[in-house]
Amino acid sequence: MRMKDELVIAGIPVRSRLITGSGKYRDESIIKDVLEAAQCDIITIALRRIDFDNPSENILKNVPSGKHLLPNTSGARTAEEAVRIARLARAMKCGNWIKIEVINDQKYLLPDNHETILATETLSKEGFVVFPYMTPDLSAARRMVDAGAAAVMPLGAPIGSNRGLQTRELLEIMISEIDIPVIVDAGIGKPSHATEAMEMGADAVLLNTAIASSDDPVSMARAFRLAVEAGRTAYLAGMPGESRTARASSPLTGFLDS
Amino acid sequence: MSIRIVLNGTSQDVTAGMSVLEFLQSRSIDPSHVVVEVNRSIVNRDQFANCRFKDNDTVEILRFVGGG
Repeated sequence: MRMKDELVIAGIPVRSRLITGSGKYRDESIIKDVLEAAQCDIITIALRRIDFDNPSENILKNVPSGKHLLPNTSGARTAEEAVRIARLARAMKCGNWIKIEVINDQKYLLPDNHETILATETLSKEGFVVFPYMTPDLSAARRMVDAGAAAVMPLGAPIGSNRGLQTRELLEIMISEIDIPVIVDAGIGKPSHATEAMEMGADAVLLNTAIASSDDPVSMARAFRLAVEAGRTAYLAGMPGESRTARASSPLTGFLDS
Repeated sequence: MSIRIVLNGTSQDVTAGMSVLEFLQSRSIDPSHVVVEVNRSIVNRDQFANCRFKDNDTVEILRFVGGG
C-alpha cells in the first residue's frame, strides 16, 4: 500500500503542493477566495516601507489564519541585504520562514546564486527555515542544501514571463539529484505548465502572476489546484515511456486476418 | 523643540523625545502591523514605548505587502 503522499518541509507537513504569491492583485480582498479555491497552505508576501498616506493598509487582513506565511527578500541585491530583510521579516512575529531572493539583474530578474548561497548559510544558522529562489544549477543547489536550505526553488522562466518550463532539462536534473523538496518557482503561466512540473516530479510549484493577473483569479486558482493535483497524481501513477513508433492499444490479433 | 530624523529615506522633523510608539499613534499606524529599525538595529515591539528618536536617527518603518 502506498504511503500517504505528503509534502514535508523542515519537518512540517504541508497539505498543498501549490504555493501562491500575494502580489499584483488589482483587488487584494479577493486573496481569501483565491486561497480557498487554490486550497493553498503557503502564501508569499514582501516587506516594504509603510505608506504614510494609507497607514491601515495590511495584506495580512486578507490571509486567513493557519496559513504559512513565506516572506521574501525581494529588493535585496546582496546576501547582506537579504539577511537584513529576513531579520526584519522575522521581527513581524509571523514565523521564521523566508524565501531568499537576491537579484542584481533588472531586465530578467534572474537570481544571484552565489549571494543566495551565502544568505542561506547565515539565515539557516540563525534558525530560519530557508527557501532559496535560484537559477537551476545542480552545483549551486547542492551548496544550498549543505548551507541548510529547507527546500530549493529553481525558476522555470523569468519572473512574470508566463513562459513555462524553459529550464526543463536543468529542473529534471535537480529533481533527480536533490533530496530536499524542489519547488518550481517563476515562469509558470498556465495550468498545463504546473502539471508539467508536477509530472516531472517537482515537489511543489510556486506562482503568482498567472493567477493574480488573470481575468478571474478565483477560477484560475481552482484551475491551478486541479492542474497540480493532476500532475502529482500522474507522477505517482508512473507514466509509461515514449516511443517514436506506434504501439497498438487494441489487440493486433483479430478475426479479419485469421 | 524638534529634531530631524531620516524616516524611510526622507528627512523629517519630529518632536524631540518622541517615542516610536507615540510616533506610530500620531500617524494612525497599528504597532502590531509594522517592524521598526533605528540606525540599522531592529526595535522589538515591546520596546516601542521606550525607544525615543534622537537627532539624526535613520529610521525605517516597514510592513508586509503583497509579493511573489
